Amino acid sequence: MSVLLALEGVSKRFGATLALDGLSLAMERGEFVALLGGSGSGKSTLLRVIAGFEAPEAGRVLLDGADQAGVPPQARPCAMVFQNYALFPHLSVFDNVAYGLRREGLPKLDIAARVGQALAMVGLEAMAGRRPHQLSGGQRQRVALVRALVKRPPLVLLDEPLGALDAGLREATGQELRALQRATGSAFVMVTHDQAEALALADRVAVLEAGRLVQCAPPQELYESPATRFVAGFLGGANVLEGVAGTDGLLHCPAAGCTLRLTTLVPPGSRAAVALRAERITLSAEGELPPENAATGVLRGVTYQGAGWLCTVALAGGQTLRVQVPADRAVPPPGVPVLLEWPVAANILLAE
Amino acid sequence: MSRLMLALGLGFLWLPILLLVGYAFSASAIPFQWGGFSLRWFAALAADERLLEAAWLSLRIALGAATLATLLGGLVGWVLARQRAFRGRALFGALAGAPLVLPEVVTGLSLLLTFVALQGLLGWPTERGATTVLLAHATLGAAYAAVVVQSRLSQLDRGLEEAAADLGASPAQVFRTITLPQIAPALAAAWLLAFTLSLDDVVVASFVSGPAGTTLPMLLFSRLRLGLTPEINALGAAILALAALALGLAAAMLHRHSSHSGRDRGKAG
Repeated sequence: MSVLLALEGVSKRFGATLALDGLSLAMERGEFVALLGGSGSGKSTLLRVIAGFEAPEAGRVLLDGADQAGVPPQARPCAMVFQNYALFPHLSVFDNVAYGLRREGLPKLDIAARVGQALAMVGLEAMAGRRPHQLSGGQRQRVALVRALVKRPPLVLLDEPLGALDAGLREATGQELRALQRATGSAFVMVTHDQAEALALADRVAVLEAGRLVQCAPPQELYESPATRFVAGFLGGANVLEGVAGTDGLLHCPAAGCTLRLTTLVPPGSRAAVALRAERITLSAEGELPPENAATGVLRGVTYQGAGWLCTVALAGGQTLRVQVPADRAVPPPGVPVLLEWPVAANILLAE
Repeated sequence: MSRLMLALGLGFLWLPILLLVGYAFSASAIPFQWGGFSLRWFAALAADERLLEAAWLSLRIALGAATLATLLGGLVGWVLARQRAFRGRALFGALAGAPLVLPEVVTGLSLLLTFVALQGLLGWPTERGATTVLLAHATLGAAYAAVVVQSRLSQLDRGLEEAAADLGASPAQVFRTITLPQIAPALAAAWLLAFTLSLDDVVVASFVSGPAGTTLPMLLFSRLRLGLTPEINALGAAILALAALALGLAAAMLHRHSSHSGRDRGKAG
């Protein structure tokens, strides 16, 4: 494995807004990285900077070790899949896919063979003669993907590739995407605002907030130990408890009205925040309140979510916690006092 | 009810023209009187050398003016649609479109003054005639072409051009393979607009033309003063037939092109 793409302190400004703020990231050959962030986090801008459509004001973009400053998009070893697919409406599916190969000046027979092969990869051989407007949304998405992949670029950039598909098609297409990525060996950078999509498909997930890289880690690590409050909230909507550290390795949280045991050492007297996932909390109607990692409150709302219940519980200190209860467990009616408990391992200390 | 409305609408548009075509085949010497079927006015038309000469001149002027107008107007439209901000952009846009709203008399007179001044300063154009009419019509047509091309260009998805560049196309290749095919219908529409504008213009042409530059509409107007003959009916019918033929050919070519390319690529894949 070697470094394919390196971003070094990349900054990009649009008028008064700083879209990218000194962002650094490295990725290896054949890796699948998801850029996750809300709207305005700079994730699409980053993709356009890598592709060469925007020039960064500061920092460097290195592809295969070569600085890309001043290199136009057509000379960069990457291919992009656009959010709206940007298929050429006046060309057939075949010509769309062949477009990049024709620019390389390959012999006609080679082009036909490679396009045929590429279309077969996504089961669209029969559609070669159609125009883009004669295809379904899913088919268009696959044509756009194949058009980028047929050039066998070391790096493929995908801007919300599943965003325009309906929910039923998304999961299957996502898996297909992942399989294609493995089969071709190209590195993928996928922009998405859907955390489930990012966690399911990527080798590493880079979380962006206001043009800065907040955390970049494998999905499991990102979910289980989010570095910041933003990441914890963005992935899975974790509860965040704030408090002051005591001398005994405990964190006293007045707003929650409870005491947490910390697994990491925190200087006594300092403020700290802990992420607590909704599915790690156990809810029961009665019982004795343990001294740590537990709280009492009043059940406020219950929402049925198929796989379980999402409960909101107002704690004694005033804070509201989200608690997930599995579907096979009984949920008391709203308005009754409840007891919440969770294991020590559920307390994730946040860096910020 | 809707059929009746359709019939009324079509009748409103086409009855006068059908009437003209009908009278073109009349034997009577009075243009609006039926005197039995005859082709004598078509024969008279074919023998009328002055009229044929004027028609040929009009056609050549229209071809040249439409082509020049599409080129110039296309460039103006490009600048207005693609050059986002430069000093005087709004003024440039307003000035480029001004001939659309200016009375033709004003346009004609100002062009005449320009040609006269140019002749005094540069010695060119040496005389007013076909060339000056062509230039005047190109000026007028360019304003229309600019509007048509600009509106098409601003609707165009820039993502398509970015995608082409991303797939390895140089800016020239992007223009030739992506942008040009996308705006081709607009260019064709602009050309046709400028062509018809030139073909039936009489006001501007009257100002800027000279003794050697009598276009068909100018000739027709001068003959009106002497009184109509059914020859004009025959001319109208002939022009109509030509226009129908041209439109039919264009439609057939478009149809063949689209279905042909589709089949072709299917085989290749």
